[in-house]
Amino acid sequence: MRSMPEIITFSINGSPVRVSGGTSVATAILISGETAFRRSVSGEPRTPLCGMGVCFECRVTINGLQHCLSCQTVCQDGMEVQTG
Amino acid sequence: MGNLSLTSLSFDIVVLGGGIVGTACAREFAEAGLRTALIESAEIGGGATAAGMGHIAVMDDSEAQFALTRYSQLLWKEAAERFPPDVEFSPSGALWVAADETEMREVFRKQHYYIQRGVPVEVLDARSLAEAEPNLRPGLEGALLVKEDAVVYPPCAARFFITEAQQHGATLILGKRAVGTRGNTVQLDDGSYIAYGNLVIANGIVAQSLTSSVQLEPRKGHLVITDRYPGFVSHQIIELGYLKSAHSIQSDSVAFNVQPRPSGQILIGSSRQYGLDDSAVDMKIVSAMLRRAFEYMPGLRRLSAIRSWTGFRAATPDKLPLIGPSPEAENIYLATGHEGLGITTSLGTAKLLADMILGRRSAIAKDPYLPSRSYALHA
Repeated sequence: MRSMPEIITFSINGSPVRVSGGTSVATAILISGETAFRRSVSGEPRTPLCGMGVCFECRVTINGLQHCLSCQTVCQDGMEVQTG
Repeated sequence: MGNLSLTSLSFDIVVLGGGIVGTACAREFAEAGLRTALIESAEIGGGATAAGMGHIAVMDDSEAQFALTRYSQLLWKEAAERFPPDVEFSPSGALWVAADETEMREVFRKQHYYIQRGVPVEVLDARSLAEAEPNLRPGLEGALLVKEDAVVYPPCAARFFITEAQQHGATLILGKRAVGTRGNTVQLDDGSYIAYGNLVIANGIVAQSLTSSVQLEPRKGHLVITDRYPGFVSHQIIELGYLKSAHSIQSDSVAFNVQPRPSGQILIGSSRQYGLDDSAVDMKIVSAMLRRAFEYMPGLRRLSAIRSWTGFRAATPDKLPLIGPSPEAENIYLATGHEGLGITTSLGTAKLLADMILGRRSAIAKDPYLPSRSYALHA
């Protein structure tokens, strides 16, 4: 029998988010409805293309550290994620 | 017909090499009213000029090095008023960081040296250093802030200099390589010749293929650049141990040296290796260089590096550049051998050469840099 999935609580742009354990930050951001993960140098909105850590379009700020690959990062309790 | 028209060309001055030194020289000559041509085989500012950090630094390794770096630094400050934004001139200052009491004594020695010579500096204690650069590790002794050190983006500075030279009538010959000299002509790889009154060899390490009188060693360096992290570093920061690395004549060495770019990117250096001509990135050296940087700035470990590359500094036996007539011909001048200071000293080099060629009085003594000097080797 499978146990209940663990629930992770963290924040995206200051709003609380709950996802099941093992969810990537990129997935959580998409579930939250946000599509502009980051802005290019000229200000264009960007969103993930590859989902496997190659295109670098999914970069977000996690716990104050810029340019984290959200598709390669698993959600953790208390994490603070900033997009855009 | 291109070759024929080139054959008929004749200039007061022909400069070989479109790096920072060559373009600065061409600009100086053209502004002085000389009919000037610059020959660059690849692109303007694309060689060692593009590989370096672009730190406009005053240095005190010797009186001669100080005189040339300080003179040049003031010329940069003056020229900066006209720079377009892409030159990214940023007078952010440099911090020479002392890790222990011995290095702190060196900070005070340098402070005294610079104050005597009118260079604005300030000693930071451990607390002020931590406030100025919060990402440095705790426990450092202090630092010397050299206030007028600056940062530029060298390839765009070289492009600005050649543009100014062209505005004063200079001719740019791109995509042709000088293969030799005969009489008062330089032969190009397409078989054409260009006549010169004076020839200036300013193509860095390549100079030795054109003149037998040049004693240059390529000194390979690596750099790493990070993604954009605005505010992570505010000054050029160099460990005082850098001097040990820069002074080492033979062995491979690394030293902590980081630079904030106006984009928010951080350049991380530095390394020095002799006896190599392979430009490939050596991951062993990059790792050693980064480990050294992490010792001083542990937070760098968490940042994302996006690119690493290498370049070759043209090093002379006494670590001073070669500026002046070549020992083999009176009208062939050298402007090479600037090692790791070519961006800084390009402007002083151009002034000194123009002074020599035009018989003007120089602002600083030219003797220490004359190619005919005898080398006083020091360990």
